[in-house]
Amino acid sequence: MTLKGKETAAAWFFLLPGFIGFCIFVFGAVVISLGLSFLEWDMLTQPKFVGLQNYLRLITQDKTFHLVLKNTVIFVLGTVPARLFLGLIFALALVRNIPARAFFRAAIFLPVIIPTVAAAMVFRWIFNADFGLLNEFLYNVGISNLPRWLSQPKWALMAIIILSVWKDVGFSTVLFMAGLQGIPSSLYEAAWLDGANRWKSFVHITLPLLSPTTFFVIVINVISSFQIFDQAYVLTGGGPGNATNTIVYYIYNNAFQWFRMGYASAVAWLLFAIIFIATFIQFRYQKKWVYYE
Amino acid sequence: MKRSTKERIINWVLFSVMLIVAFFMLVPFFWMFSTSLKAVGEVFEYPPRWIPSTFHWENYKRVWTVVPFGRYLLNSLIVSGSITILHLIVASMSAYAFSRLSFPGRDKLFLLYLATLMVPGQVTMIPNFILIKIFGWTDTYIGLILPNVFTAFGVFLLRQFFMTIPKDYEDAARIDGASRFYVFSRIVVPLSLPAVSTLAIFTFVFQWNNLLWPLIVVSKDYMKTITIGLASFQGMYGTSWNLLMAAAVIGILPSVIAFLIGQRYLIKGITLTGLKG
Repeated sequence: MTLKGKETAAAWFFLLPGFIGFCIFVFGAVVISLGLSFLEWDMLTQPKFVGLQNYLRLITQDKTFHLVLKNTVIFVLGTVPARLFLGLIFALALVRNIPARAFFRAAIFLPVIIPTVAAAMVFRWIFNADFGLLNEFLYNVGISNLPRWLSQPKWALMAIIILSVWKDVGFSTVLFMAGLQGIPSSLYEAAWLDGANRWKSFVHITLPLLSPTTFFVIVINVISSFQIFDQAYVLTGGGPGNATNTIVYYIYNNAFQWFRMGYASAVAWLLFAIIFIATFIQFRYQKKWVYYE
Repeated sequence: MKRSTKERIINWVLFSVMLIVAFFMLVPFFWMFSTSLKAVGEVFEYPPRWIPSTFHWENYKRVWTVVPFGRYLLNSLIVSGSITILHLIVASMSAYAFSRLSFPGRDKLFLLYLATLMVPGQVTMIPNFILIKIFGWTDTYIGLILPNVFTAFGVFLLRQFFMTIPKDYEDAARIDGASRFYVFSRIVVPLSLPAVSTLAIFTFVFQWNNLLWPLIVVSKDYMKTITIGLASFQGMYGTSWNLLMAAAVIGILPSVIAFLIGQRYLIKGITLTGLKG
């Protein structure tokens, strides 16, 4: 065997264990999933080819799908800016040499690592309309018309947003902290010598130099928010009605409660398309505001 | 005012603000723990009592005996542990081939791996469930483990890291007659320990918290992981808040302990990789 052939053989020795798995569980699954989305199949009877019917029905007729899509978009628009804004503020405070800094960082980050299921269980109790801690607090600060968080449609989605911001704001915070620490302090010194005040340094140094991090934080938060499921599953079960039903929840219900494998696959592909487009648009417009040295 | 004095004042103002933030971040933990120790009557007391009048530790005993939480935790440990180990093996071997060896079609194949990072897990979930079902692997460890081993993120992360290791080390060892596998396992992987351990932590935490996949492949109680164990416990004890909170405490305890021990490392890891599971 030639030297080149030997290297190729060695490469495949290393690649093979992963490659076989990828072919089955990833590449293969993606192809099969696409195929399934053109079928009507309940896993019991013979699958039926229906062409684009699943997609057409989802886009033009399925009112529930339109609702879960709307809920998910509201969720994304509610969580991403909040995580971004709070994450940045927390990070700005925590990169300074404030007292008990390590404790604050731990407090903000702790919710990130616990299972969402457990966090949602606690928040279900906190959001309890009659005995929950939140309404108790609101009552004490003088709000008399207390929301029934989990049983009123407009508040239920809000509850899920609050839980999700609480749970994952620490992740954005840590990323922002890393970004802020990467900005050379000499720049601030120079700006200070030039007479720039704090606000000016923030706008003209911090924000532009942090923009790659900001961009990254937005992109991954948007992707993960579109896939929200756990919070809704535990906190509200998608209810009341379908008020907190989300795209992934709808996929779960279609596939594993109602055994509409084809239809669920079509929803999954629409989710894929939505995430892809949302990410693509962000990459497209990053040139306008993201500053790369 | 002197600049340093001003800085000090700002720091103390920020400290006060962060104190309020920390309160809101930690109060759910405190409330969970406090409720878990209350008697039923005290749970619904008004105004709510921050610290239970008597500590009902037997709530934990009750939760632990009504539902096999020990078994759930063990299942989670087996499943997350196996996925982590297998993923590390597969990802590091693939990353080695992609970063260190040249072979026809390498870059195209790598691009294909990368492209799968964009595909949400819900797309592959349905075919994988069907496959697991066909093989009769529902309610088995292998069904819980295998489909989660193959994700491109680890391959991508380790490849980036392997590329920063000078090739000289490897060449020297090769000249001395070391095999490629020796170079891989004794030089490249040990030198990449920061990246490898970060990947390990992330994979483990992510899988430990995974709800959706266990939910669809497990129906038998003894195969439940902690996440679906908690969810089904909530289904049974909907408003027994003290018991539910005791279960939630059991559910978060391993993560909290691990976090307190390894938080410095974990946060460094996020900074390094910039990704959550």
